[in-house]
Parts: sequence; structure tokens; C-alpha cells
Amino acid sequence: MNSLGSPRPRKDAAGWQQDVKSIGWWAEHAAIIGLIGLSIVFTSLSPVFLTAGNIQSILVAASILIVLTVGQSFVILSDGIDLSVAATMTLGVIAFGMAYAQGAGLLVSMLAAIAASSVIGILNGVLVAKGRITDFIVTLGTLSVASGLALVLSDGKPISITSIELINFSTHGVLIFGNPFIVAAAVAIIAHVVLFRTRFGTHLFATGGSKEAAQATGISTARIKIAVYTISGVLAGVAAILLVARVGASEPAANTTFLLNSVAAVVLGGVSLTGGRGSIFGPIVGALLLTVLTNGLTLMNVSQFYQPLAVGVVVILAALLSRFQK
Amino acid sequence: MTTTATTSIVDVQDVSLAFGSVKALQDVSLTLAAGEITALVGDNGAGKSTLVRCISGIHKPQSGTISFEGKPVHFRSPEDAREAGIETVHQNLALVDDLTVWQNLFLNREITRGIGPIRFLDRKAMKEAADRMVSNLAVNVPAVKSKVRRLSGGQRQAVSICRAAGFSSKLVIMDEPTAALGVQETAKVEALILKLRDDGHSVLLISHNFSQVMRLSDQVWVMRAGRCVAGRRTIETTGDEIVSLITGSREK
Ligand SMILES: Nc1ncnc2c1ncn2[C@@H]1O[C@H](COP(=O)(O)OP(=O)(O)OP(=O)(O)O)[C@@H](O)[C@H]1O
Ligand SMILES: [Mg+2]
Repeated sequence: MNSLGSPRPRKDAAGWQQDVKSIGWWAEHAAIIGLIGLSIVFTSLSPVFLTAGNIQSILVAASILIVLTVGQSFVILSDGIDLSVAATMTLGVIAFGMAYAQGAGLLVSMLAAIAASSVIGILNGVLVAKGRITDFIVTLGTLSVASGLALVLSDGKPISITSIELINFSTHGVLIFGNPFIVAAAVAIIAHVVLFRTRFGTHLFATGGSKEAAQATGISTARIKIAVYTISGVLAGVAAILLVARVGASEPAANTTFLLNSVAAVVLGGVSLTGGRGSIFGPIVGALLLTVLTNGLTLMNVSQFYQPLAVGVVVILAALLSRFQK
Repeated sequence: MTTTATTSIVDVQDVSLAFGSVKALQDVSLTLAAGEITALVGDNGAGKSTLVRCISGIHKPQSGTISFEGKPVHFRSPEDAREAGIETVHQNLALVDDLTVWQNLFLNREITRGIGPIRFLDRKAMKEAADRMVSNLAVNVPAVKSKVRRLSGGQRQAVSICRAAGFSSKLVIMDEPTAALGVQETAKVEALILKLRDDGHSVLLISHNFSQVMRLSDQVWVMRAGRCVAGRRTIETTGDEIVSLITGSREK
């Protein structure tokens, strides 16, 4: 019975201590360790950092990035990458502004944002799955297309959106949880359930882990690819609504930081860049970490110019660490 | 000289398939008898895997017909073939490393529960069923909750075979199931193959191991350079004859 030997689970105290010492353990928990470490540093450096008010503003500030990161996680888990997320969000923002300027109500404007972003998402998916073009190239192309469209449609000008409801939405909440963060948290929980509790989720992991193996069992990997890019597009639309609510205007800004940070958060969150392995909560902790970093640096009056530098250093450190993942 | 009187489960008639200028299959005809282990042998590149891929719905033959249980079939995808009761253990071990044993066993055959279109995985039911499937095997597979990445070659092969044997499959196709295995693992996998036949599955076995073919199979088909050049009842032939048929030093 034993000749094929089953690995015995070693979960006694000694085994656990060994775990903590191994670099793999640190790599797998890089995001949460980084988040706690940074929080300790900023708490000791700034009396404001650990106040309810600041935590609330961190959570609200993180909400857009969290929504985008969830979409990016779906795509990266399926062994793709969505370089167009931020541009797609911008297009959603412009669609919102145009609908609103035409006199459409809030609800219709929101739907316009989601519709416009979804179109880019579906386009990404179809080009990757049916056109058989690399994810990287397709989304690099649609990045340009979406930001170009946003500029053309808006004529490069912002549209201010003065809606009491939107302002109320983004400034209120429950306890220390602002409404935008509640939306982001809901998106994250639904995403977690979809990934780990549905057939679609399992098929997504299989597609990202081994396309051939997935296809051999009859899974349509093309359908999975179209689905993940569509999800990323829809979520970029949701993020667009949150962005309009926060800024109070519809601007054709490039939002490149959102793209970089969404990929960075996924990497920090321990998702394998080759797909098939990872979670949703890891990337969300990654998104929180990046937001805390920005928030803390701002509290300490470090110039804004240093923030991309800090993000870059953190991401490269995380990527280095992730090489040691089991 | 070739087949027996038993009913056939698969009939391959004049199947051809070319990849560009490479004629991988040329007018291949052979039959697999129900309830038997049929071996398919031939040198590297003879077209064995390609034929298997036609039967299991990955490739479509460019001409010729494949009948399953007496009826011509036109599988458009592996899903169709699995639906009909054909399961395949592929040469490159078609398991997803980062999924668990039970997830692999139930891949694209997940058990769900829920109302109408809103359905969630019944993980408990799948884990329990996976435990049962695995414990029926002669091979010792670790907990079904462990990731496939951690399994040895023999354990992976056992999981692949286990998956193929489940889901009331009628025909199990195995493409070199013992190629990467040690002596003991090979013996265990051979035991699994015999058990499959005893449980009523038909088996198509591709192997380069002649003693294994002689030990396990009831019927042998020989392929050479894209053609099926001979068929023999295993008890009526010898390893030497098979070798000479494969190399072409002897025809028919
Ligand atoms: N997808 C493909 N594209 C192009 N050529 C292919 C493809 N699959 C197989 N071939 C070619 O078809 C021929 C038959 O290959 P096949 O894999 O069926 O051989 P085989 O008998 O299984 O060999 P082995 O014993 O090495 O597994 C080979 O010349 C191979 O190069
Ligand atoms: Mg082969």
C-alpha cells in the first residue's frame, strides 16, 4: 500500500516553526506582512495614521483600486493580463459624463459607464480568444483605443457633475466604512464566491493552470477568456462610477497609475503571473498596501513625486520574494 | 487473421488526417472489441496519439468515419466524446497541477447544487465521492485535498486513470500510461488497467513496452508511418512478430 508513499501532513509545532523560517512562507504572505509592517512604521511616525478618520479615508481611497484589481485578478488567474483596465475605466467615466450632460438621470449615466467599459472588455476577450492574439498585445491596443476614444468623445474637456446624490453617496457610509468601500467589498466577496464556489471559477483556474488539460476535459478555454475580460470591463465600469463620484467630474485623464497599481496589487497578492494560482483577498490586501503607502507618505509630507518611486520599489521587492513561493 | 466475433465498440474506417504536409494518418481502419483491452503499437511518430485524438474528439478526421457503438459519430470537442462515454488518459498527463486531486477528478464534471441557474459547487459531495473513487484503486493516492503538483508520477497517472474510469465511461483510452513510471508504479498501473477491463470498460492502450502489450492486451494493432499495417490476436502472436511488423521487415 505504501510504495507510492503519500506525503504525511506535518502540522506539529516544529513543522510550523520551520514554515515561518522558510523564505517561501514570507513570500506567500508578502502582502499582509507588508501591510502590517507599513502600518506599524506609519503609526510610529504619524499620530494621525491610526485614527478612525484616516482609516476611513484609506478605505475609501482604496475602493477604486480594489474594484480594478478584482478584474485584473480574474484576467491574470486565467493566464492573461489586462493593460487596458485604466483606459477602459476612463472611457466609462466619459460615457457617464456624456450621458449626464445629455440630461440622462444618474442611473442611466451609470449604465452608460458600465456599457461602454463592457464593450472594451468583450472586445479584449474576443480578440484574445478568437483572434488568437497575445493578451499583452490586444490589451495594449485597446488601451490606446479606449483612451483615444475618451479624448475624442470628450473633446479633451472635463464635464463637471454636480449631483447631490453622488456626493452623498461618496461621503457617507456605515461606521468607518464609506459607501465606495462597501461597494468594493461587495464586489470582492462576490468575486471570491464566483472563483471558489462555482464551476466557472474552477474552469478559470484550470484554464490558467494548464490550457491543454482544461481543453482535454472539454472546457472551452475561449469562453473562459471572453468571460474574464468581460468581467474586467464591467468592473472597470463600476470603478468609473466610483471615480466620477469621488472627483465630481468626468475627465479624460490617463489614469496610468491605476493600471500599474492594479497589476502591482495582483503581484503583491501572491497571484501567479502565469495564471492558475492565487486568491482574491491577496490582491485586495495588495491594493490596501499600495493605498496605505501613498497615504502614509502623504501624511509625512513626502512629495507626491516620490510615491511612484516607492510603489515601484515595493512591487519589485514583492516580485523578487514571489520567486521563492512554493 | 485479424478480429474476433465479439461486438465492436469502436470502428475506425479509412480515417485520414494531415497536418499541412505531414500525413499523420492515412486510411487507417481498425476496430476495438467491447470489453477487451486493445493495444496500439508503433514507432515514434507513427500516428498513434493522433488517432487517439481523433477518437476522443480533439482532432477531426479529414476523411473516413469513426463509429462508436455501431453509430457513426462526429465529435466536435472532447466534451462530446466524454458525453458519449469515451474518456482519455493523455500522453502528457492532462491534469492541472495547481488544482487538488478532487478538483481534477471532477474537472468539467463538477457536482453543483442550487436553484435554477444559480448553482454553487457541492465541494463536500465531490470530496467524498473522490475519496471513494480513489480508495477503489490499487494505487495509494494521498488525500484528495492535496494539490496534484505534489504527487509522484505514478500517483498522477493513477488519478488520471481514476478520472477516466469514473463517470460511467464505456471506453478508456490510455496513451502510454506507464511511460514515465518506475517498476513498481508500472505494475500497479497495469493492475489498474486489468481492473478496468474486469469492471466492464473497454480499453485502448498505447504502449512501447512489448512485454506489457503481450501481458495485458487481447488484440494488437500495429501502426507504421500513418498507416495501420496489421492486426493480431495477442495469444496468436509473439513479441518478435510485433517488432518485425513495426519496423516493416515483415508485412501483414
Ligand atoms: N498538432 C500537430 N501539428 C503538426 N503535426 C503533428 C501534430 N500532431 C502530430 N503531428 C505529427 O503527426 C505525426 C504523428 O504523430 P503522433 O503524435 O500521432 O505519433 P505517435 O505515434 O503518438 O508517436 P509517439 O510514440 O512518439 O508518441 C508526427 O509526424 C507528428 O510530428
Ligand atoms: Mg504519442
